[in-house]
Amino acid sequence: MWESVIGLEIHVQLNTKSKIFSPASTNFGAPQNTQACAIDLGMPGVLPVLNEEAVIMAIKFGIAVGSEILDNSIFARKNYFYPDLPKGYQISQYEIPIVSGGAMEIIINGKSKIINLTRAHLEEDAGKSIHDLYPNESAIDLNRAGTPLIEIVSEPEMENAEEAVQYLKNIHSLVQYLGISDGNMQEGSFRCDANISLKKKGSTKLGTRAEIKNINSFKYVESAINHEIERQAVILDRGDSVVQETRLYDPSKDETRSMRSKVEANDYRYFPDPDLLPVSISQELIEEIKSNMPELPSAKKTRFINQYGLSEYDTIILVSDRELSEYFENILKDSDLNPKMTANWIITEVLALAKKNYLSVKDYPVSSEDLKYLLSNVANETISSKQAKDVFERMWDNKENPRDIIENEGMKQISDVGELNKIVDNIIKNNYKSVEEYQSGKDKLLGFFVGQVMKETQGQGNPKIINQLLKEKLKK
Amino acid sequence: MHNKTVSELKKYLEEKKISSVELTKHFVDRIKTIDSHLNSFISLTEEYAITQAKKIDLEISKGKIRPLAGIPLAQKDIFCTKGLKTTCGSKMLENFISPYNATVVEKLNDAGMVIIGKTNMDEFAMGSSNETSYFGDVKNPWDTEYVPGGSSGGSAASVAARLIPCSTGTDTGGSIRQPASLTGVCGIKPTYGRVSRYGMIAFASSLDQAGIFTRTAEDCAILLTHISGYDPKDSTSSRKEVPDYEKECKQKFTSMTIGIPVEFLDGLDDTVKEVFEESIKVLEKNGCKFKKISLKSSKLGVSAYQVVAPAECSSNLSRFDGVRFGHRADNTKNIDDLYKKSRSEGFGQEVKRRILIGTYALSAGYYDAYYLKAQKIRKVISNEFAEAFKEVDLILGPTAPDCAFKIGEKSNDPIAMYLSDVFTVSTNLAGLPAMSLPMGFKNHLPLGLQIIGNHFDEAKILSLAHHYQQITDWHTKKPKLSGD
Repeated sequence: MWESVIGLEIHVQLNTKSKIFSPASTNFGAPQNTQACAIDLGMPGVLPVLNEEAVIMAIKFGIAVGSEILDNSIFARKNYFYPDLPKGYQISQYEIPIVSGGAMEIIINGKSKIINLTRAHLEEDAGKSIHDLYPNESAIDLNRAGTPLIEIVSEPEMENAEEAVQYLKNIHSLVQYLGISDGNMQEGSFRCDANISLKKKGSTKLGTRAEIKNINSFKYVESAINHEIERQAVILDRGDSVVQETRLYDPSKDETRSMRSKVEANDYRYFPDPDLLPVSISQELIEEIKSNMPELPSAKKTRFINQYGLSEYDTIILVSDRELSEYFENILKDSDLNPKMTANWIITEVLALAKKNYLSVKDYPVSSEDLKYLLSNVANETISSKQAKDVFERMWDNKENPRDIIENEGMKQISDVGELNKIVDNIIKNNYKSVEEYQSGKDKLLGFFVGQVMKETQGQGNPKIINQLLKEKLKK
Repeated sequence: MHNKTVSELKKYLEEKKISSVELTKHFVDRIKTIDSHLNSFISLTEEYAITQAKKIDLEISKGKIRPLAGIPLAQKDIFCTKGLKTTCGSKMLENFISPYNATVVEKLNDAGMVIIGKTNMDEFAMGSSNETSYFGDVKNPWDTEYVPGGSSGGSAASVAARLIPCSTGTDTGGSIRQPASLTGVCGIKPTYGRVSRYGMIAFASSLDQAGIFTRTAEDCAILLTHISGYDPKDSTSSRKEVPDYEKECKQKFTSMTIGIPVEFLDGLDDTVKEVFEESIKVLEKNGCKFKKISLKSSKLGVSAYQVVAPAECSSNLSRFDGVRFGHRADNTKNIDDLYKKSRSEGFGQEVKRRILIGTYALSAGYYDAYYLKAQKIRKVISNEFAEAFKEVDLILGPTAPDCAFKIGEKSNDPIAMYLSDVFTVSTNLAGLPAMSLPMGFKNHLPLGLQIIGNHFDEAKILSLAHHYQQITDWHTKKPKLSGD
């Protein structure tokens, strides 16, 4: 009966060296209030000066999503009082943003859909209020105040949480490819607001929307949207109307709750900031940035499929994360390794452990060099893939060196047919019941026999030869 | 010594006829004895000044002579001075000590000047009479029952009374020129962007401009050269090269065509008109051609100004919230209470009035009718000036519609007060440079002549002003209170 309509506003912290309007550093994690200068503190008399690096990053983003880059975009003041907003206004772009339009393709179940962008604009981040440091007082940390952000606003063109999450993931991947953000969601470098409304099926008239603020993980975005859709559906089903309001998603309770209604909404009294000139952008600058663009996810995807013969499925996984795709290519560099086998290894073994430990590529305990060494030993059949998996786990968990493990422990694959023959014969002899079952058509039991031989060889048997021997001998 | 100009003091110091310490002490003493009648200073920085002066004297003895080495200066208390109180005339910043120097302060310090004190002003530069200062009214040295004008009233009065040879000021709608006119000194407001606004506590950012008070045009030129120029800390400052204004203004005067806006003389006070026409006659005899021009929309200037300036101020003053610096109210229940009480207690009535007007003008539903409309008027005014400057070199008129008024006379009538700026605001709206210099008296109170120039034509303005002061002696008149 209802169709949901979703639009996202994504806030991306740009990884410039200094803040958007001051020379203070933007490093995360410094002691409180040590990275805030007089300008960030909004001291009397200070003035903002625009950081060109932030402008260039915004342009990069605009080029990547096919937007129009507007010359003479304007910074405005968004006025409201809040303790972590030192000047009593946030400098943002309002009427004329730097990036206008653009689009992002998402693929769900093999189907492509284009999500159009409304705009992307530059603005400054606020500081942080800390409420749990002192019993009866709140503390303010202004290190984050003035960190550059681009706010990317989509058209309300997503129909469900899955599409929204995919879109968010694609933007997340893109900003990392562009090198304009570390995209760290835990540290708040990448967060989003979701606008959600329901309309009658088939209707073109949009319903009243609620905005869910500041969601900082893909999982939360999914559950927040699903909950909000359900909440609104219940309201509409009973014939009531949805109230336009801002809501907060509470992950601990897995629910959204009202923050403020439209009536209580701030009148931000936007007006052009007289301290800053319109942002003048020359065509030459745009051309220069264009000619220095890194390879983007879509181009890399096509290349991986063509160059390495990977499946689309595997490619999407590798390419979604720039660092992961680089990890993959570093392994293949100057080696004869099979790309398909390498991709499989990363997707099944590496990502399994990475997910378990919530590690991103730069924090992997196993370098691409070491993994390359390990896989080369599998490829030249020095060790079996079973052995390789064990070695890999030791490398991952204890940061052990694969050379030490393989060479020092004399790890070698048993490929001697004579030796394996004996073992295989023994296994067949001792499991005659299973042999009968196998011969009567239970093909799956082959795995059982392989396992037994492997056990006997302490995992060092060459599985290819073992398979071959077993198949031959069990036929009889 | 206090009757000497900056240009004369410069020679005395360079020729070691007087030391900077002696000069500093002389002016400090004068302030201590005379300023009780005027209240033109909020703080005296005696200790700091003596230390600076000693440093400069040592440099001079070693032959290192900075361009304005050892010359005493008063800074309007709107400029942030590192380690010294910067109050902006407000209870809000009564105990505020800036952690950094304004660019203007930095530049004049570098030139070797010695800051002797910070001058009184209307609170946050909002006022035309210096009656809105939290630190009390400033009195006009020519008659202490009268106002000195505002907002840079302390800077003007102190120069007029020879308590200091020169001072800085800021001009958002006339705050340098109107007090210069009312106290009989020279005051120049340069082109918007000529002087950095960094460290100058913002009132209305698109109109504010720093400038100078002195007794002669030549002195104005000397100081202006040193405060002007591009500042990477102020995006609105101009990269245009800074001429040597002193040299330029002293060059042989060449004939100029000067425009007189008919609107400025319409309904003007008889005496002011007479005095003004007399100055035209003098200039006419001395190489100037005059031409009537029309600046039709300049009458709308005050209305447009009273929307734009409060709108910007309502936002600029949001940072005074009691959280990080400035006045913080005691015994507050929560953050909203802290904001309300701190701001209610910290700001005076005129500041509150303008914040309210500005907040209203920017509100949803009113923005187009007020703020946008005012910006359009601003554009029209600018265009009219641009047209006029196609035909004339400079524009001349009275600086203020009348001489100084009595303390208390207009303080309960904001509209009457705002109209004191009727001849000055339009140049701020257009970003043009303008200067006021003494042109005579109405009874015992001085009147100012305003010269308006095209963008970055400060040299032309100063040249005419200097020329005028070569053929008249109004700038040498001094109030009795200043003694001999």
